[in-house]
Amino acid sequence: MSATPTIGVLALQGDTAEHLRVLGGLGVAAAPVRRPEDLDRVQGLVLPGGESTTMSKLAVRYALMEPLRKHIGEGMPAYGTCAGMIMLADRILDGAQGQQTVGGLDITVRRNAFGRQTESFEGAVDIDGLAGGPFEAVFIRAPWVEAVGADVRVLGQVAHGERAGRIVAVRQGGLLATSFHPELTGDPRIHRLFVDMVKGQA
Amino acid sequence: MTNTVDTSATGAAVGTTRVKRGMAEQLKNGVIMDVVTPEQAKIAEDAGAVAVMALERVPADIRRDGGVARMSDPDMIDGIIDAVSIPVMAKVRIGHFVEAQVLQSLGVDFIDESEVLTPADEAHHIDKWAFTVPFVCGATSIGEALRRIAEGAAMIRSKGEAGTGNVVEATRHMRAIRREIARLGTLDEPELYAAAKEFQAPFEIVKEVAQLGKLPVPLFSAGGVATPADAALMRQLGAESVFVGSGIFKSGDPAKRADAIVQATLHYDDPEVIAKVSRGLGEAMVGINLDELDDSQRYAGRGW
Repeated sequence: MSATPTIGVLALQGDTAEHLRVLGGLGVAAAPVRRPEDLDRVQGLVLPGGESTTMSKLAVRYALMEPLRKHIGEGMPAYGTCAGMIMLADRILDGAQGQQTVGGLDITVRRNAFGRQTESFEGAVDIDGLAGGPFEAVFIRAPWVEAVGADVRVLGQVAHGERAGRIVAVRQGGLLATSFHPELTGDPRIHRLFVDMVKGQA
Repeated sequence: MTNTVDTSATGAAVGTTRVKRGMAEQLKNGVIMDVVTPEQAKIAEDAGAVAVMALERVPADIRRDGGVARMSDPDMIDGIIDAVSIPVMAKVRIGHFVEAQVLQSLGVDFIDESEVLTPADEAHHIDKWAFTVPFVCGATSIGEALRRIAEGAAMIRSKGEAGTGNVVEATRHMRAIRREIARLGTLDEPELYAAAKEFQAPFEIVKEVAQLGKLPVPLFSAGGVATPADAALMRQLGAESVFVGSGIFKSGDPAKRADAIVQATLHYDDPEVIAKVSRGLGEAMVGINLDELDDSQRYAGRGW
C-alpha cells in the first residue's frame, strides 16, 4: 500500500466534517465520498456517525451500496463509528424495516442499544492494544455489538455499570468499528490506528 | 458552563456538552421534518428524514387558528416516539422550562425552544444547561445565536417565518449570521471585546467564533423552506442542514416532496440533481407574502 494514502469519508449524512478534520490533523489526505466514482480515488474509507437509516437509504438511492460492498469485499480498509458501525455490520437488530447495510464485519449490532438521547453518555473505555491509557468515549444513541464471529477481535467493552461487558469496539482484518465517536473528542489515537491499518502497518 | 451529571458509580456521564453538541453534529446533512401524526412520521422516516419534529399543528395551521400555541399533548408525542426509530424532537414555548421538563421525561431526543409557539416569558429563555436533553434555538443574528449558546443551546437554527412557505426571512438570517461570523474573523482582541458588548454575548464565545470561523454548535436553517431549491439555497448560504415544517405535509404529494428535499439537501451544489428532483412534485404549499402579515403575526421578533 502507498505510503501516502487518501482516506475517504462517506458524506451522505452525519458528522463527516469532524472525521475529515481529525484525519487532516494527522497529516493524512482525506476526501468526502458522495458518489460511486469518489470511491476509486481512496485507499481507505471512514463511515461516520449520523442516522443509519438515512445513510442506508441514500446509499441505495445513489447507487453507492453495491460499489461500497464491492470495494470493502475486495479488501478496502474501513472504519465505522456509531451509524458507521451499523453500516459495516453483517446483521442488525432493531433496524428500520428493510434497512440494508454494506456489511463485511461478521458481527450482530443492536441499533440504539444504549437508549435514547437522554441516556447518551461519555465514559472511559479500555481499547486493547492502544497505548496511552483509557479512551474517553462519547456514546450518542449508540449501538452495541451483540454477537461476534470467530474472526472478529473484540477491542473494547464497557467497564462499569449495568452495561459492563457490552462490546463497543471490534476489528476484523482491515475493518474497524466503534459504537462511540472518537471524532468528537480531541483524541486521535483510534484514527491513527486506522491510518496505520490503511498503510498496512497495523 | 457544562452541566455534567456525573454518575461515578457507573463511570458514565450523561447530558455533557460533548454529548449534547455531539448529538447535534450527528444530524448534519439531514432533514428534520414536522409531523403531526404517527402516519406522517412513518412517511418522513421512509423518505430518509434524519429526525422528526412532533407537534399538534404545523405552523401554517397555528397561523390559521390563532390563539395560544403550546407544547403538544404527551400522548401525541408518545405515539410518534413509538412509530419511528429515528430521533424525535418536540417544541416548547420560549422560557417555559416546565414544558421542557415534561418533554425530557417523555424521552424526547431534542427540544426546540420555539418562537412558533406563544412565548411564556418575556425576558428569559430556558436555562438549557440544567437539562440532560439538548436544545435547538432560533436566531436572526449572531448576537441572538451567541446568547442562546451561552444559555446552553446545542444547535442554532435561523428563525424564518414558519408556516408561510416564504424563505425570505430565513435567507436574511443566514446571510446576517454568515456576514457577522466573517467580520469577527477580521477583528483584533480589543475589537472583539467591543463586539461582545455589541452582541450582548459572553466574550469567550465571541472569541471562539472568531477563531473557529463558525459557531461552536451546528447551524441549521428553518422557516419557510417549501421546495428542494429552497433547501439547497439554505445549504449554499451556510446552513449545515434544514428543518422543513409545513412545507411537506401541506403540499400535494408529501412522500415525494420529502424525498426530493432530502436529495436536494445532500446534493445542494449540483443543479442537475435539484432539477431532477424538482420535477412533477405536485402543488407546493400555498405561500404567504410577508408584507401581508402584521407585526403580531410575525414570529421572528419573538425571543430576545
